[in-house]
Amino acid sequence: MLSRRLLNKNTIQFLNKNCKNVSSQGIKSFATGKPTPAKEPFKAVKYESTIERINGRIQEETERAQLGGGVKKIDVQHGKGKLLARERLDLLLDDGSFREYDMLVTHRCTDFNVEKTPGDGVVTGHGTINGKLVFVFSQDSTVNGGSLSEAHAEKICKIMDKAMLVGAPVIGLNDSGGARIQEGIASLAGYAEVFQRNVMASGVIPQISVIMGPCAGGAVYSPAITDYVFMVKDTSYLFVTGPDVVKSVTNQEISQEGLGGAKIHTTKSGVAHLAFDNDIDALKRVREFVTLLPSNPNEPAMREAFDSPSREDDVLDQIIPDDPNKPYDMKEVIERIVDEGEFFEIQPEFAKNIIVGYARMEGRTVGFVANQPKELAGCLDIDASVKAARFVRFCDCFNIPIVTLIDVPGFLPGTNQEHNGIIRHGAKLLYAYAEATVPKISIITRKAYGGAYDVMSSKHLRGDTNYSWPTGQIAVMGSKGAVEIIFRGKGDIKEQEQIYNDKFANPLPAARRGFIDDIIPPRMSRQYICEDLEILKNKKLSNPTKKHGNIVL
Amino acid sequence: MNRLFKVQSVISKPVGWSSIRSFHSSSANYMFEKILIANRGEIACRVMETCKKMGIKTVAIHSDVDKNAKHVNMADEAICVGPAPTSESYLNIDAIVEAIKMTGAQAVHPGYGFLSENSRFVKELENIGVTFIGPGSYAMHALGDKIESKRIAKEAGVSVVPGYIGEVDGMDHVIKIANEIGYPVMVKASAGGGGKGMRVCRNDEDVKIGFRLSKQEAKSSFGDDRMLIEKYIEHGRHIEIQVLSDGENALYFPERDCSIQRRNQKVIEEAPSPFMDEETRTKMGKEAAALCKAVGYKSAGTVEFLVDHDKSFYFLEMNTRLQVEHPITEEITKQDLVEHMIRIAYGEKLKIKQSDIKIHGWAMESRVYAEDPYRNFLPSIGRVKKYIRPSGPGIRIDGGIFEGAEISTYYDPLISKLITYGENRKNVITKMKRALDEYYIKGVNHNVAFLRDVMENKDFVDGNVTTDFIPKEYPEGFQGYKFSPKQIEQLSICAVFLRFVEQHKNLTNSSNTNRTSSISPDILYIAKVENVRHSIHFYPLDNSETDAAANGANGDDSSRFMVQFIDQEKDGQVIKEFELNLVDATPQFIKLNIGGISHRFQIHDKTSTSYTLQFHGSKIPVTVLSPEEDLLCQYMPVKKTVDSSNSLISPMPGTILSLAVNVGDKVVLGQELCIVEAMKMQNVLRAPKDCEIKSINVKPGQVVSVDEVLIDFK
Repeated sequence: MLSRRLLNKNTIQFLNKNCKNVSSQGIKSFATGKPTPAKEPFKAVKYESTIERINGRIQEETERAQLGGGVKKIDVQHGKGKLLARERLDLLLDDGSFREYDMLVTHRCTDFNVEKTPGDGVVTGHGTINGKLVFVFSQDSTVNGGSLSEAHAEKICKIMDKAMLVGAPVIGLNDSGGARIQEGIASLAGYAEVFQRNVMASGVIPQISVIMGPCAGGAVYSPAITDYVFMVKDTSYLFVTGPDVVKSVTNQEISQEGLGGAKIHTTKSGVAHLAFDNDIDALKRVREFVTLLPSNPNEPAMREAFDSPSREDDVLDQIIPDDPNKPYDMKEVIERIVDEGEFFEIQPEFAKNIIVGYARMEGRTVGFVANQPKELAGCLDIDASVKAARFVRFCDCFNIPIVTLIDVPGFLPGTNQEHNGIIRHGAKLLYAYAEATVPKISIITRKAYGGAYDVMSSKHLRGDTNYSWPTGQIAVMGSKGAVEIIFRGKGDIKEQEQIYNDKFANPLPAARRGFIDDIIPPRMSRQYICEDLEILKNKKLSNPTKKHGNIVL
Repeated sequence: MNRLFKVQSVISKPVGWSSIRSFHSSSANYMFEKILIANRGEIACRVMETCKKMGIKTVAIHSDVDKNAKHVNMADEAICVGPAPTSESYLNIDAIVEAIKMTGAQAVHPGYGFLSENSRFVKELENIGVTFIGPGSYAMHALGDKIESKRIAKEAGVSVVPGYIGEVDGMDHVIKIANEIGYPVMVKASAGGGGKGMRVCRNDEDVKIGFRLSKQEAKSSFGDDRMLIEKYIEHGRHIEIQVLSDGENALYFPERDCSIQRRNQKVIEEAPSPFMDEETRTKMGKEAAALCKAVGYKSAGTVEFLVDHDKSFYFLEMNTRLQVEHPITEEITKQDLVEHMIRIAYGEKLKIKQSDIKIHGWAMESRVYAEDPYRNFLPSIGRVKKYIRPSGPGIRIDGGIFEGAEISTYYDPLISKLITYGENRKNVITKMKRALDEYYIKGVNHNVAFLRDVMENKDFVDGNVTTDFIPKEYPEGFQGYKFSPKQIEQLSICAVFLRFVEQHKNLTNSSNTNRTSSISPDILYIAKVENVRHSIHFYPLDNSETDAAANGANGDDSSRFMVQFIDQEKDGQVIKEFELNLVDATPQFIKLNIGGISHRFQIHDKTSTSYTLQFHGSKIPVTVLSPEEDLLCQYMPVKKTVDSSNSLISPMPGTILSLAVNVGDKVVLGQELCIVEAMKMQNVLRAPKDCEIKSINVKPGQVVSVDEVLIDFK
């Protein structure tokens, strides 16, 4: 009942607004929003009635578009704990900022008597989030299950093209059953058109996909290419082939949730970056996220600073345990450094041994990459390398400075890792850091051993400033292993370990060579980073001209 | 470089501490040069404060896990005396003696607990010619033992609790004596203290369990499992007299009322007692002094009494050490008890007379523990992630932790002692409320909510408090503060304000194309607290709205706002309105002046739609929604909660001490299932219903975490 009330309210508002246009500026085309020149008023009754008739038809079609799949289907959608396409946009965008395109578009398919609904199952347009321009599409699963038709795809393509033209992010709210089977190849072509645009837009504007219902088959590849994939817990699924196909091919029984629910994708597969409690939570968090991001590479993400750059934090001086094998929470280190302790973590449940996410430093958005000693001792493994590599590359695309906090004992050993290609996956992170031209600041908090030291934003990979805390240990490996190799088990191992520790278990050797620029007091980390970011804000560095590099995929 | 790396100490001086004047500061030339403090936590810090004031060097001892503890940072020297378990470190007499020899300390202050009443330790010190700052071994032995002290007190003419003077052992003997005395009775460890190793028993069944547990606790805590049994006086008050004696002169101090206890452990203490008159005070004081003289007592001590409703009093025991709650006596008498102890130990005679001891105003102490008041005060452990202490005139904090400290199961979960003092009781309670509101602790559960609730309890405010205050006032356990409709309005306003500020902070983003018009200056919000819902219209009064928000974020007090409560049913009619001023704001606190009255809120957590605020000591989530979000909220699926009723869950982190059941056993409601020991307290976990044991997931000796499933039921 309430949904209908809301719809009516919207419709009435919409019409009021447009009726006003009629009287004051002449008619606005509902389809394009462009004003058409006002004509001299005639007194002839017939002419007015034409306008009225046209207005009547416009109103009728608009109302149908607003209503989507009809009251029954609306109730079903709500019953599933999901909001309607338009309700979602209402929550996502600033009040009254949404401007819709192509509301009256319908599909051109004539086979199988597919029901024609104006809008064709997707609401597209632009609006603002905290004043920032964004382009959006929101699939309406009440219209033919939100299935993608040629016209539906064209609508999406239109806003993507426009977003690229003006350099604004695209946010897609996905809730679609898949391809419009009745359209056959036309629908598939539509997908490909979208994919091509996703690829072209990659690195030009941020692309965010929010999965708010089913998204299966070929449809998954559009979100997959976008920069961030968010899901809603319990109500969204992502899979290439559904449980039925899985059953018939492999004879394995699995639920949709178990196959491709939010939990699987945020903990195991790494396909999705965050899972939210429900639609409202998701849309509010996306607002928060978009506000952090730059709109394009040329526009730095800044807001006013609400925290002092010189704030010191004494706790950091004692956060590293004396026992080198004892973990501590690197997330707490980040929270103590960043503005107001606010850290927007990406993929918090996947590859927990590395932390990635965004925070502000003096109002400026910064990407943080940090080893997490609490998980797998902070080792780099396949998942961690891939997770961090993709993050670093996104930051580099959009000129977001990267701060790296290092406590890494090395790459994770084992047949599992080797056989699954830690070599090529680990290389991704190396590639990403080496390629990045954004400001790169790093702090070694404790261990920086072996190849992992090189990989993690080291001086040798064009790190701009590299610091160590006094607790830093930069060496090829830990003392125990090193002593075994150097002395081959001859002599007093304890004593040899001590010698090795005195030599390497401190930041001095690296500092003497200039591999780290300074040894800084932990409590002043924030101040150092803020100052460096200010200095580096006009950093200009470019890679050799090339078509594109060949990252180790 | 060194300058940079000097680890800045996080310690600040205890607030209000300087108000106590130093005695004989001129004679500091003849004094111990170095004192070792055989303790940890707040009391070690407290003793060091006085040492520093007297120009005495300090030595801290510590266990492995305490190497970065506050008391270690504070001391001039620090020696590690063993691994984390107290029996191997803070109770490790050999290692401590070694530490004394290494550092050349001339005297040892034992603080309270640990070795403070251990006569073997005192003997060891005597052997190596080091002074023990406390009574002589005779007095300690005689009085520290509850059985012996009762006998001596009776001989010195002090009134004692009816009971069996002697050690009890063997279940039959215990039950026989208990029946002779008549229920309720108290079984307690002869060597006990601090609420450990004692239990109230109301029938034979209680005695059977209570005796066994108390005995085990006594063994693990004090290494002495002798037990005694006496009549439990109900509805009594626990009132104690601080004494100071140099062997010849014995002075008594105004009483401390320590009636608010849970599990026989004091929680709130005050001095003087609101129940006391001058006549009884003098009478009790004189008896206490007489007891000191009878044993030739030489140090500070405390004589504990149980006081009946007709003001008749009974001697309970004498504590031959500095008490946890000594600061309240210091604050109302302006004496430094630790300094007196040190001077007496050095051989000085008391230079103050009984007539010098006067009562100046009132003082109260709240013990802030890392524990969960909502879960029957079970201990809580973890890292103290954020720690902000209150400060101001009339507030003293004796604490032993700092932000980033780890609270472990090894030691007492005391976070700090919060002491307020002032001219009268009312004033002291007001200060305590304010101090508790300003106390910000995150990372571990704590009892601030409970303490704050007690401060508003009518009986407490009227001073009608007995030892069964907690069971009487909180029969179902502490359920949290009951917010009044007015307070819920205030919470709603605060959350709306926070949401408003947040929105405006985000509007300052650099790609904002149209800053001023993207949020209309006045917005309607829906705030929900528990089941109460308010529609609030909120807008800035002066400045441009972005300035106001920026000021809001920066805590500029020039921001003024209008808050209107709207009745949505009646066409948006304004029900009431307030002018709102922002007084102060940090990421943890916000102080708002709502309609002329200032309120302080603590900000603890936030989600996309709510803020968890702490107000009047208790935390509560407040949801703030736009009208659209509110309308759409109804469609959001209800979160599923896991049904835990079919299993026994560990209420706290600890060690499984014993299991009382096997798989397949049929148990009845209330039957003992297992015992979890945490922080030296043994907690019996009982069957929540009649059921059959399906599986047992733990073994004795196993360390378990909070919410771990221990036993599954069929």
